[in-house]
Amino acid sequence: MTTLPKSLPNSLLDNPLLGTWIGFEDAGCVRLATGKVEIGQGVLTALAQIAAEELDVAPTRLRIVSGETPTSPREGFTSGSNSIAISGGSIRLVCAEVRMLFLRYVADRLACPVGALAIEDGRFLRAGRHIGQDYWSIAGEVDLARPAAGDATPKPPSNYRIVGQSLPRLDLADKVTGAAFIHDLAPDDVLHARVLRRPWPGAKLADFDEAAVRRAAGAPINIVRDGDLVAFTSDDELAVMRAAQSARGLAVWTGGAEPPSNAGEPNWIRGQRTRDRIVETGAAVGAAGNRVVEASFSRPFLAYGSIGPSCALAEHKDGALTVWTHSQGVFELRKWLAHALGIDPAHVTVLHRQGAGCYGHNSADDAAFDAAFVAMRTPNRTVRVQWTREDEFSAAPMGSAMVVGLRAVLDANSRPADWTIEIWSPVHAQRPGMNGSANLLGAEALLDAAAPPVDINDVADDAGGGATRNAQALYDLPRHKLVHHLLPHVPVRTSSLRGLGAFANVFAIESFMDELAETAGEDPVAYRLSLMSDPRGRRVIETAAEMGDWFGTTARDGRARGFGFARYKNRAAYAAVVAEVEVDEQVRLVRVWAAVDAGLVINPDGAANQIEGGIIQAASWTLKEGVRFADGRVASDTWGSYPILHFSEVPEIDIRFIEARHQPTLGLGEASLGPTAAAIGNAVARTLGRRIRALPLTRERIMATLLAEH
Amino acid sequence: MSDGYDLIVNGRCVHVQGDATKPLLSVLRNELGLRGSRFGCGTEQCGACMVLIDGEPSFSCARAIESLAGKSVTTVEGLAPSGSLSPLQQAFLDEQAGQCGYCLSGILISAAALLARNPQPSRSEIAAALDRHLCRCGVHNRIMRAVARAGALMGARP
Repeated sequence: MTTLPKSLPNSLLDNPLLGTWIGFEDAGCVRLATGKVEIGQGVLTALAQIAAEELDVAPTRLRIVSGETPTSPREGFTSGSNSIAISGGSIRLVCAEVRMLFLRYVADRLACPVGALAIEDGRFLRAGRHIGQDYWSIAGEVDLARPAAGDATPKPPSNYRIVGQSLPRLDLADKVTGAAFIHDLAPDDVLHARVLRRPWPGAKLADFDEAAVRRAAGAPINIVRDGDLVAFTSDDELAVMRAAQSARGLAVWTGGAEPPSNAGEPNWIRGQRTRDRIVETGAAVGAAGNRVVEASFSRPFLAYGSIGPSCALAEHKDGALTVWTHSQGVFELRKWLAHALGIDPAHVTVLHRQGAGCYGHNSADDAAFDAAFVAMRTPNRTVRVQWTREDEFSAAPMGSAMVVGLRAVLDANSRPADWTIEIWSPVHAQRPGMNGSANLLGAEALLDAAAPPVDINDVADDAGGGATRNAQALYDLPRHKLVHHLLPHVPVRTSSLRGLGAFANVFAIESFMDELAETAGEDPVAYRLSLMSDPRGRRVIETAAEMGDWFGTTARDGRARGFGFARYKNRAAYAAVVAEVEVDEQVRLVRVWAAVDAGLVINPDGAANQIEGGIIQAASWTLKEGVRFADGRVASDTWGSYPILHFSEVPEIDIRFIEARHQPTLGLGEASLGPTAAAIGNAVARTLGRRIRALPLTRERIMATLLAEH
Repeated sequence: MSDGYDLIVNGRCVHVQGDATKPLLSVLRNELGLRGSRFGCGTEQCGACMVLIDGEPSFSCARAIESLAGKSVTTVEGLAPSGSLSPLQQAFLDEQAGQCGYCLSGILISAAALLARNPQPSRSEIAAALDRHLCRCGVHNRIMRAVARAGALMGARP
């Protein structure tokens, strides 16, 4: 094999064969294979646009193979707002090269220059006339089983006809008419299963009244048990639902680590054992003679709260295990399923099928293990596992609670001469394979479960960081000190929730910027601009300020606007948000404006949908959400006890993208959340005249703040 | 155990046997093969399972089948003849009112009931009619625009 150019995207370096990505096997159709998966964000539509653009075929010709271990390129996890930049970048290069290979072949055969040829919806033209050949008629003569050379030049953006258009979502029609999800795939003779979850990490099942559970089931069930993992199976779904509900109430657990009722509160977070590191740039400036501003911010543990509880199917037949899952990483899942079950990965096939919205590491992988575990013990049956809503809230991974302390020593012009950010947080990523561990809930409960990893690490800074994501403010700061207190062992299962540490860090930094502006006696937006030399950052800030009529509006009684800005991961999309709130006893979000620079936008409507969805989700986190604990368990295990934003609480939202089609695409799926939290927090602070630094900004906190005034 | 229950589902007579307390959602999905109505919570708190019962939006996840004898049930599959889209469904596509789409089949049901009694609802009337539904992706504004659009489309017809 030839050495590949190092400038190729990682996805292409890992999967160099053109034919892995693109094929013309079926007449009139183009096979596009991607390791990335649809998790509700519309990525498959955007990837199809990129392929159709470079190949010059209608997007309707694309047949997408997504997240299937036998046939998809191995592309890691669908996460971190990386799909369009990395997978899309690979697909663009592959398709440009495939197109060039076909054109060269045709040019050779016709003895004409490549420049005399064109392609129109897959058909070849010479001097504007069809030559009677297309991709499919000559597919057998152009060998795609060759590594990408990376030497074809993709189209210049000025020639785009499909990229940059708001192509409708490919999958939406199925979703407004009926069955479209993994939840709907079960064959009629499916074996239903439910799993009893441990109420806290490491809990041991001390007692379990099997007879009572069987009675509660109301129909015959089988009970499959290994160590502390218990599954109920039946042909009758209702029977296993009732069994699982009954078992949840009857099971007696001992040992393990019970979370205290104040888990996630700032004092609890600061009181945990930590592993610390410091990253410094610039020369320290002493406080003597200078003004010093300090403040501490926090967020609680958050549930990812997908509307559809996780589901998986599995079948063990003729020595082969097939698993259907809505996992974000089918290859890692295959490896660790095989590891945990003690079987050869070569005998495991993992196939992605769409689940409900995924906003981070949810329980999809766990459900896949559950189904595989049951399938291994009941061969030749398709097993379907469905999680309960209560287990979603209490056993699925959570977004880490965090405390973020900020301290600035101001110079004579009230600009930060010395800036310190100090973060306390459990880790933000424990996906399958991370820290050398399967991280599959069911596998951890088995009798011969592997010991949990001793060294728990967070996402490395150069990979975007976990707790430290967006810890470095994008502003001009001559001296920056990061103190990262990693909480390696907490009795709460944490992993990646949309934005990871960026949400709390941006909330903290952007709230603090308002505090500094106030100290300086300056307008918060003008203050930000005075510290922003990145021209794209400036433009986004200025555009949002203009959209929200920042300089033309004054706060009046009970109503005000707030501002927030960040560039996600300091290398993905820029977003600035203006939020208007009304506060009496609680916060009402009136209106939101957002300006975004995401470079080349593949699908403007899809991009706007992601930005707006992020704003609404962030508003929900900011105003309402926080996991509560009691008696060693998650107490907020229903929608009633873990409320999220309702339709009547959703504001009207305006979004504007900065035209930047000649810039590389910047991931945007997580860009709007941190700035939204900050904009709301700043608006509430302006309305109240006092700042609440602990999220969420609930009615209780507002009331306490109002009462403290009097 | 009784002899069963007769009800009408999407215009067809259906005879359901077995446990009187089994939820309608379970019958729809597992016995009638109508899998557009979704399991979300099982406790009437999210709206993913919403169906029309005698024209009224109703949760199906905890609704005992014994309470439905003689009643008429409409699911998302019953909003339009097979292979076509109702104006409401079309409006959801026109507005691209979805991300993951899991909440949509229930929302379509409540929206259909709203438009049947109020073809020109305001934004706040739409929000009120959909307030029993949860959407986690943040598609609320698109959904509300789609409902308004469908109302306008239906109102414009002779």
